[in-house]
Amino acid sequence: MSIQTADFDYVRTLLRERAAIVLEPGKEYLVEARLLPVARSFGCEGLGDLVRRLRFGGEAPLVTRVVEAMTTNETSWFRDLHPFDALATMVIPDTIRVRAGEKRLRMWCGAASSGQEPYTVLMVLAEKFPELAGWNIEFLATDISSEMVAKCNAGRYSQLEMNRGMPTPLLLKYFERDGLDWKVRDELRKRVTFRTMNLAAPWPSLGTLDVVFLRNVMIYFDVPTKRSILAGIRRVLRPGGWLFLGSAESTLGLDDGFERVTEGKAVVYRNRKD
Amino acid sequence: MKALIVDDSRAMRMILARTLKELGFDTVEALHGGDALEQIAVCGPFDLAIVDWNMPEMDGLEFVRRVRGTHCADSMRIVMVTTESEAERVAAALSAGADEYVMKPFTKDALSSKLEIIGLALP
Repeated sequence: MSIQTADFDYVRTLLRERAAIVLEPGKEYLVEARLLPVARSFGCEGLGDLVRRLRFGGEAPLVTRVVEAMTTNETSWFRDLHPFDALATMVIPDTIRVRAGEKRLRMWCGAASSGQEPYTVLMVLAEKFPELAGWNIEFLATDISSEMVAKCNAGRYSQLEMNRGMPTPLLLKYFERDGLDWKVRDELRKRVTFRTMNLAAPWPSLGTLDVVFLRNVMIYFDVPTKRSILAGIRRVLRPGGWLFLGSAESTLGLDDGFERVTEGKAVVYRNRKD
Repeated sequence: MKALIVDDSRAMRMILARTLKELGFDTVEALHGGDALEQIAVCGPFDLAIVDWNMPEMDGLEFVRRVRGTHCADSMRIVMVTTESEAERVAAALSAGADEYVMKPFTKDALSSKLEIIGLALP
Protein backbone atom coordinates (compact mmCIF):
# COMPACT_ATOMS: atom_id res chain seq x y z
CA MET A 1 0.00 0.00 0.00
CA SER A 2 3.02 2.34 0.52
CA ILE A 3 3.72 5.00 -2.07
CA GLN A 4 7.13 5.15 -3.79
CA THR A 5 9.17 8.30 -3.22
CA ALA A 6 9.19 9.24 -6.92
CA ASP A 7 5.41 8.83 -7.09
CA PHE A 8 4.95 10.91 -3.94
CA ASP A 9 7.14 13.63 -5.46
CA TYR A 10 5.06 13.56 -8.63
CA VAL A 11 1.84 14.03 -6.65
CA ARG A 12 3.46 16.86 -4.65
CA THR A 13 4.44 18.66 -7.85
CA LEU A 14 1.00 18.13 -9.38
CA LEU A 15 -0.69 19.59 -6.31
CA ARG A 16 1.65 22.55 -6.20
CA GLU A 17 1.03 23.32 -9.86
CA ARG A 18 -2.70 22.68 -9.95
CA ALA A 19 -3.88 23.76 -6.52
CA ALA A 20 -0.97 25.76 -5.07
CA ILE A 21 -0.90 23.30 -2.23
CA VAL A 22 2.42 22.48 -0.64
CA LEU A 23 2.62 18.94 0.61
CA GLU A 24 5.55 18.45 2.95
CA PRO A 25 7.67 15.30 2.91
CA GLY A 26 6.30 12.99 5.59
CA LYS A 27 2.73 13.32 4.29
CA GLU A 28 2.97 10.08 2.34
CA TYR A 29 0.28 8.57 4.58
CA LEU A 30 -2.11 11.34 3.56
CA VAL A 31 -1.52 10.72 -0.14
CA GLU A 32 -2.06 7.00 0.42
CA ALA A 33 -5.24 7.54 2.42
CA ARG A 34 -6.76 10.00 -0.02
CA LEU A 35 -5.68 8.51 -3.35
CA LEU A 36 -6.23 4.79 -2.82
CA PRO A 37 -10.02 5.14 -3.19
CA VAL A 38 -9.44 7.25 -6.34
CA ALA A 39 -7.11 4.57 -7.71
CA ARG A 40 -9.73 1.90 -7.11
CA SER A 41 -12.57 3.90 -8.64
CA PHE A 42 -10.49 4.46 -11.78
CA GLY A 43 -9.63 0.76 -11.99
CA CYS A 44 -5.93 1.23 -11.18
CA GLU A 45 -3.92 -1.60 -9.62
CA GLY A 46 -2.59 0.68 -6.91
CA LEU A 47 -0.97 4.04 -6.34
CA GLY A 48 1.95 3.22 -8.65
CA ASP A 49 -0.49 2.51 -11.46
CA LEU A 50 -2.45 5.68 -10.70
CA VAL A 51 0.66 7.88 -10.88
CA ARG A 52 1.74 6.13 -14.11
CA ARG A 53 -1.60 7.08 -15.65
CA LEU A 54 -1.22 10.63 -14.40
CA ARG A 55 2.29 10.86 -15.86
CA PHE A 56 1.61 9.39 -19.25
CA GLY A 57 -2.13 9.76 -19.81
CA GLY A 58 -2.87 12.92 -17.90
CA GLU A 59 -6.62 12.32 -18.33
CA ALA A 60 -8.44 15.44 -17.16
CA PRO A 61 -11.09 13.66 -15.02
CA LEU A 62 -8.39 11.67 -13.24
CA VAL A 63 -6.26 14.75 -12.58
CA THR A 64 -9.32 16.60 -11.27
CA ARG A 65 -10.27 13.76 -8.96
CA VAL A 66 -6.74 13.50 -7.59
CA VAL A 67 -6.56 17.22 -6.86
CA GLU A 68 -10.03 17.18 -5.27
CA ALA A 69 -9.22 14.15 -3.16
CA MET A 70 -6.08 15.82 -1.86
CA THR A 71 -7.66 19.20 -1.19
CA THR A 72 -11.03 18.22 0.24
CA ASN A 73 -10.82 17.24 3.84
CA GLU A 74 -13.66 14.79 4.20
CA THR A 75 -13.29 14.47 7.92
CA SER A 76 -15.83 16.42 9.88
CA TRP A 77 -17.67 16.46 13.16
CA PHE A 78 -21.04 14.63 13.00
CA ARG A 79 -20.10 13.46 9.51
CA ASP A 80 -23.28 12.60 7.56
CA LEU A 81 -25.35 13.50 10.69
CA HIS A 82 -27.84 10.63 10.35
CA PRO A 83 -25.67 7.82 11.79
CA PHE A 84 -25.32 9.85 14.98
CA ASP A 85 -29.11 10.27 15.12
CA ALA A 86 -29.43 6.48 14.80
CA LEU A 87 -26.81 6.06 17.52
CA ALA A 88 -28.90 8.23 19.85
CA THR A 89 -32.36 6.93 18.97
CA MET A 90 -31.73 3.21 18.48
CA VAL A 91 -28.24 1.83 19.07
CA ILE A 92 -27.39 3.23 22.50
CA PRO A 93 -30.93 2.76 23.94
CA ASP A 94 -30.84 -0.88 22.75
CA THR A 95 -27.37 -1.38 24.21
CA ILE A 96 -28.44 0.16 27.53
CA ARG A 97 -31.33 -2.35 27.69
CA VAL A 98 -29.06 -5.31 26.92
CA ARG A 99 -26.25 -4.24 29.25
CA ALA A 100 -28.41 -2.89 32.10
CA GLY A 101 -27.28 -5.74 34.38
CA GLU A 102 -23.54 -5.25 34.21
CA LYS A 103 -23.71 -1.53 33.28
CA ARG A 104 -20.86 -1.94 30.84
CA LEU A 105 -20.58 -0.52 27.33
CA ARG A 106 -17.70 -1.42 25.00
CA MET A 107 -17.15 0.37 21.69
CA TRP A 108 -14.48 0.42 19.02
CA CYS A 109 -13.86 2.97 16.30
CA GLY A 110 -11.59 1.29 13.76
CA ALA A 111 -10.81 4.27 11.53
CA ALA A 112 -10.35 7.15 13.95
CA SER A 113 -8.48 9.32 11.41
CA SER A 114 -7.91 12.67 13.13
CA GLY A 115 -10.37 11.90 15.94
CA GLN A 116 -13.53 13.74 14.93
CA GLU A 117 -15.64 10.57 14.87
CA PRO A 118 -14.76 9.16 18.31
CA TYR A 119 -15.08 12.59 19.91
CA THR A 120 -18.45 13.08 18.18
CA VAL A 121 -19.63 9.73 19.59
CA LEU A 122 -18.56 10.82 23.07
CA MET A 123 -20.42 14.12 22.72
CA VAL A 124 -23.59 12.27 21.70
CA LEU A 125 -23.26 10.02 24.75
CA ALA A 126 -22.62 12.93 27.09
CA GLU A 127 -25.44 15.05 25.67
CA LYS A 128 -28.16 12.42 25.32
CA PHE A 129 -27.45 9.74 27.91
CA PRO A 130 -26.84 11.16 31.37
CA GLU A 131 -27.95 7.76 32.72
CA LEU A 132 -24.63 6.32 31.50
CA ALA A 133 -22.80 8.35 34.14
CA GLY A 134 -22.32 5.38 36.47
CA TRP A 135 -21.46 2.92 33.69
CA ASN A 136 -18.13 1.38 32.88
CA ILE A 137 -17.58 2.66 29.34
CA GLU A 138 -14.60 1.38 27.37
CA PHE A 139 -14.01 3.13 24.08
CA LEU A 140 -11.05 2.16 21.90
CA ALA A 141 -10.30 4.19 18.76
CA THR A 142 -7.64 3.00 16.35
CA ASP A 143 -6.02 4.16 13.15
CA ILE A 144 -3.30 2.76 10.94
CA SER A 145 -1.32 6.00 11.09
CA SER A 146 0.72 6.83 14.20
CA GLU A 147 0.58 10.51 13.15
CA MET A 148 -3.20 10.37 13.23
CA VAL A 149 -3.18 8.62 16.61
CA ALA A 150 -0.89 11.37 17.96
CA LYS A 151 -3.29 14.00 16.63
CA CYS A 152 -6.25 12.19 18.22
CA ASN A 153 -4.46 12.06 21.55
CA ALA A 154 -3.56 15.74 21.38
CA GLY A 155 -7.22 16.52 20.65
CA ARG A 156 -6.18 19.81 19.11
CA TYR A 157 -7.97 21.24 16.07
CA SER A 158 -7.64 24.36 13.93
CA GLN A 159 -10.51 26.78 13.46
CA LEU A 160 -10.87 25.45 9.94
CA GLU A 161 -11.36 21.95 11.33
CA MET A 162 -13.74 23.14 14.05
CA ASN A 163 -15.97 24.88 11.50
CA ARG A 164 -16.63 21.64 9.71
CA GLY A 165 -19.85 20.25 11.17
CA MET A 166 -19.36 21.23 14.81
CA PRO A 167 -22.50 22.68 16.40
CA THR A 168 -21.31 25.84 18.15
CA PRO A 169 -22.97 25.10 21.53
CA LEU A 170 -21.00 21.83 21.68
CA LEU A 171 -17.80 23.65 20.68
CA LEU A 172 -18.20 25.92 23.69
CA LYS A 173 -19.07 23.04 26.01
CA TYR A 174 -16.45 20.44 25.12
CA PHE A 175 -13.50 22.47 23.76
CA GLU A 176 -11.27 25.23 25.03
CA ARG A 177 -9.15 27.73 23.15
CA ASP A 178 -5.45 26.90 22.97
CA GLY A 179 -3.63 29.64 21.08
CA LEU A 180 -5.32 29.82 17.69
CA ASP A 181 -6.57 26.24 18.01
CA TRP A 182 -9.26 24.51 20.02
CA LYS A 183 -8.54 21.61 22.33
CA VAL A 184 -10.85 18.85 23.52
CA ARG A 185 -11.49 19.24 27.23
CA ASP A 186 -9.87 16.56 29.39
CA GLU A 187 -13.22 15.29 30.67
CA LEU A 188 -14.03 14.12 27.14
CA ARG A 189 -10.53 13.15 26.07
CA LYS A 190 -9.97 10.75 28.96
CA ARG A 191 -13.01 8.69 27.95
CA VAL A 192 -11.33 7.25 24.85
CA THR A 193 -8.11 5.31 24.28
CA PHE A 194 -6.30 5.79 20.98
CA ARG A 195 -3.96 3.18 19.52
CA THR A 196 -2.48 2.27 16.17
CA MET A 197 -3.94 -0.78 14.46
CA ASN A 198 -3.78 -2.10 10.91
CA LEU A 199 -7.14 -3.55 9.93
CA ALA A 200 -5.50 -5.62 7.20
CA ALA A 201 -3.01 -7.31 9.58
CA PRO A 202 -3.82 -9.80 12.39
CA TRP A 203 -5.84 -7.98 15.07
CA PRO A 204 -4.92 -7.62 18.72
CA SER A 205 -7.46 -8.89 21.25
CA LEU A 206 -10.44 -6.54 21.33
CA GLY A 207 -12.67 -8.44 23.76
CA THR A 208 -16.43 -8.47 23.19
CA LEU A 209 -17.86 -5.28 21.75
CA ASP A 210 -21.35 -3.72 21.71
CA VAL A 211 -20.82 -1.12 18.98
CA VAL A 212 -18.27 -0.88 16.18
CA PHE A 213 -17.69 2.16 13.96
CA LEU A 214 -15.85 1.38 10.76
CA ARG A 215 -16.93 4.20 8.53
CA ASN A 216 -15.33 5.16 5.24
CA VAL A 217 -12.38 2.82 5.48
CA MET A 218 -13.61 -0.33 3.71
CA ILE A 219 -13.30 1.60 0.43
CA TYR A 220 -9.52 1.29 0.76
CA PHE A 221 -9.58 -2.50 0.64
CA ASP A 222 -10.09 -5.18 -1.99
CA VAL A 223 -12.95 -7.68 -1.67
CA PRO A 224 -11.06 -10.51 0.13
CA THR A 225 -9.76 -8.01 2.71
CA LYS A 226 -13.25 -6.53 3.18
CA ARG A 227 -14.61 -10.04 3.79
CA SER A 228 -11.88 -10.82 6.26
CA ILE A 229 -12.48 -7.54 8.15
CA LEU A 230 -16.25 -8.11 8.34
CA ALA A 231 -15.67 -11.69 9.58
CA GLY A 232 -13.29 -10.27 12.19
CA ILE A 233 -15.94 -7.80 13.33
CA ARG A 234 -18.52 -10.56 13.71
CA ARG A 235 -16.09 -12.44 15.95
CA VAL A 236 -15.65 -9.48 18.33
CA LEU A 237 -19.18 -8.04 18.15
CA ARG A 238 -21.65 -9.63 20.56
CA PRO A 239 -24.74 -11.22 18.96
CA GLY A 240 -27.16 -8.34 18.39
CA GLY A 241 -24.30 -5.82 18.52
CA TRP A 242 -24.15 -2.91 16.08
CA LEU A 243 -21.85 -1.95 13.20
CA PHE A 244 -21.72 1.47 11.52
CA LEU A 245 -20.29 1.64 8.00
CA GLY A 246 -19.82 4.65 5.70
CA SER A 247 -22.78 5.78 3.61
CA ALA A 248 -21.19 4.30 0.45
CA GLU A 249 -20.34 1.01 2.15
CA SER A 250 -22.36 -2.13 2.82
CA THR A 251 -22.02 -5.73 3.95
CA LEU A 252 -24.11 -6.75 0.92
CA GLY A 253 -22.46 -9.48 -1.12
CA LEU A 254 -19.57 -9.61 1.34
CA ASP A 255 -20.94 -11.09 4.56
CA ASP A 256 -24.47 -12.33 5.27
CA GLY A 257 -23.90 -12.49 9.02
CA PHE A 258 -25.20 -8.95 9.38
CA GLU A 259 -28.79 -7.74 9.35
CA ARG A 260 -29.35 -4.37 7.63
CA VAL A 261 -31.44 -2.11 9.88
CA THR A 262 -32.79 1.28 8.75
CA GLU A 263 -33.30 3.94 11.40
CA GLY A 264 -34.47 7.31 10.09
CA LYS A 265 -32.12 8.16 7.24
CA ALA A 266 -29.31 5.93 8.50
CA VAL A 267 -28.46 2.30 7.86
CA VAL A 268 -26.88 0.29 10.67
CA TYR A 269 -25.75 -3.35 10.57
CA ARG A 270 -26.58 -5.79 13.33
CA ASN A 271 -24.69 -8.96 14.11
CA ARG A 272 -27.27 -11.70 13.65
CA LYS A 273 -28.15 -13.47 16.86
CA ASP A 274 -28.33 -16.99 15.36
CA MET B 1 -34.33 30.36 -0.45
CA LYS B 2 -33.15 33.91 0.17
CA ALA B 3 -29.98 34.87 2.01
CA LEU B 4 -28.87 38.30 3.23
CA ILE B 5 -25.11 38.85 3.30
CA VAL B 6 -24.04 41.50 5.80
CA ASP B 7 -20.36 42.41 5.52
CA ASP B 8 -18.49 45.67 4.96
CA SER B 9 -15.80 43.96 2.87
CA ARG B 10 -16.69 43.86 -0.82
CA ALA B 11 -14.33 40.93 -1.39
CA MET B 12 -15.94 38.96 1.44
CA ARG B 13 -19.44 39.70 0.13
CA MET B 14 -18.40 38.41 -3.27
CA ILE B 15 -16.95 35.19 -1.81
CA LEU B 16 -20.04 34.62 0.33
CA ALA B 17 -22.41 35.41 -2.56
CA ARG B 18 -20.63 32.93 -4.80
CA THR B 19 -20.59 30.25 -2.11
CA LEU B 20 -24.24 30.73 -1.19
CA LYS B 21 -25.31 30.69 -4.84
CA GLU B 22 -23.49 27.38 -5.25
CA LEU B 23 -25.45 26.14 -2.23
CA GLY B 24 -28.72 27.17 -3.91
CA PHE B 25 -29.49 30.56 -2.33
CA ASP B 26 -30.55 33.83 -3.95
CA THR B 27 -28.56 36.56 -2.25
CA VAL B 28 -28.94 40.23 -1.32
CA GLU B 29 -26.03 42.21 0.11
CA ALA B 30 -25.85 44.78 2.89
CA LEU B 31 -22.84 46.87 4.00
CA HIS B 32 -23.53 46.93 7.74
CA GLY B 33 -26.17 46.13 10.34
CA GLY B 34 -28.27 49.26 9.70
CA ASP B 35 -28.28 48.62 5.97
CA ALA B 36 -29.29 45.01 6.64
CA LEU B 37 -32.27 46.10 8.79
CA GLU B 38 -33.41 48.32 5.91
CA GLN B 39 -33.10 45.44 3.47
CA ILE B 40 -35.28 43.30 5.76
CA ALA B 41 -37.85 46.13 5.96
CA VAL B 42 -37.90 46.44 2.15
CA CYS B 43 -37.57 42.81 1.06
CA GLY B 44 -39.27 41.09 3.99
CA PRO B 45 -37.53 38.48 6.14
CA PHE B 46 -34.87 36.31 4.58
CA ASP B 47 -34.42 32.60 5.25
CA LEU B 48 -30.83 33.22 6.27
CA ALA B 49 -28.56 36.10 7.26
CA ILE B 50 -24.78 35.67 7.11
CA VAL B 51 -23.34 38.38 9.34
CA ASP B 52 -19.84 39.70 9.95
CA TRP B 53 -19.01 41.00 13.43
CA ASN B 54 -16.90 44.11 12.89
CA MET B 55 -18.64 46.64 10.65
CA PRO B 56 -19.07 50.43 10.70
CA GLU B 57 -22.32 52.07 11.90
CA MET B 58 -23.88 48.90 13.30
CA ASP B 59 -21.83 45.81 14.04
CA GLY B 60 -23.00 42.23 13.64
CA LEU B 61 -23.72 41.60 17.30
CA GLU B 62 -25.94 44.68 17.54
CA PHE B 63 -27.71 43.62 14.34
CA VAL B 64 -28.46 40.19 15.85
CA ARG B 65 -29.75 41.81 19.05
CA ARG B 66 -32.00 44.20 17.07
CA VAL B 67 -33.42 41.43 14.88
CA ARG B 68 -34.14 39.17 17.83
CA GLY B 69 -35.27 42.05 20.09
CA THR B 70 -37.72 43.58 17.61
CA HIS B 71 -38.94 40.23 16.24
CA CYS B 72 -38.75 41.73 12.75
CA ALA B 73 -37.55 38.43 11.27
CA ASP B 74 -38.05 35.67 13.82
CA SER B 75 -37.94 32.85 11.30
CA MET B 76 -34.66 34.09 9.77
CA ARG B 77 -31.69 31.95 10.76
CA ILE B 78 -28.58 33.96 11.56
CA VAL B 79 -25.05 32.66 11.07
CA MET B 80 -22.15 34.84 12.15
CA VAL B 81 -19.12 34.50 9.88
CA THR B 82 -16.27 36.39 11.48
CA THR B 83 -12.62 36.50 12.48
CA GLU B 84 -13.70 36.87 16.12
CA SER B 85 -12.88 33.49 17.63
CA GLU B 86 -12.53 33.94 21.39
CA ALA B 87 -14.86 31.58 23.26
CA GLU B 88 -16.47 34.51 25.10
CA ARG B 89 -17.28 36.23 21.81
CA VAL B 90 -18.72 33.07 20.31
CA ALA B 91 -20.87 32.58 23.42
CA ALA B 92 -22.01 36.24 23.30
CA ALA B 93 -23.16 35.84 19.69
CA LEU B 94 -25.18 32.71 20.52
CA SER B 95 -26.79 34.29 23.56
CA ALA B 96 -27.70 37.35 21.47
CA GLY B 97 -29.63 35.02 19.18
CA ALA B 98 -27.27 33.86 16.43
CA ASP B 99 -28.08 30.30 15.38
CA GLU B 100 -24.58 29.30 14.33
CA TYR B 101 -21.06 30.66 14.22
CA VAL B 102 -18.36 30.21 11.57
CA MET B 103 -14.81 31.35 12.19
CA LYS B 104 -12.86 32.78 9.25
CA PRO B 105 -11.16 31.34 7.30
CA PHE B 106 -13.89 28.97 6.23
CA THR B 107 -14.56 26.66 3.31
CA LYS B 108 -17.71 26.00 1.32
CA ASP B 109 -18.17 22.58 2.92
CA ALA B 110 -17.78 24.09 6.41
CA LEU B 111 -20.46 26.70 5.72
CA SER B 112 -22.65 24.03 4.16
CA SER B 113 -22.25 21.79 7.22
CA LYS B 114 -23.26 24.66 9.51
CA LEU B 115 -26.37 25.33 7.40
CA GLU B 116 -27.23 21.65 7.65
CA ILE B 117 -26.98 21.85 11.45
CA ILE B 118 -29.59 24.63 11.52
CA GLY B 119 -31.86 22.84 9.05
CA LEU B 120 -31.08 24.93 5.96
CA ALA B 121 -29.46 22.27 3.79
CA LEU B 122 -30.77 22.29 0.26
CA PRO B 123 -31.13 19.03 -1.70
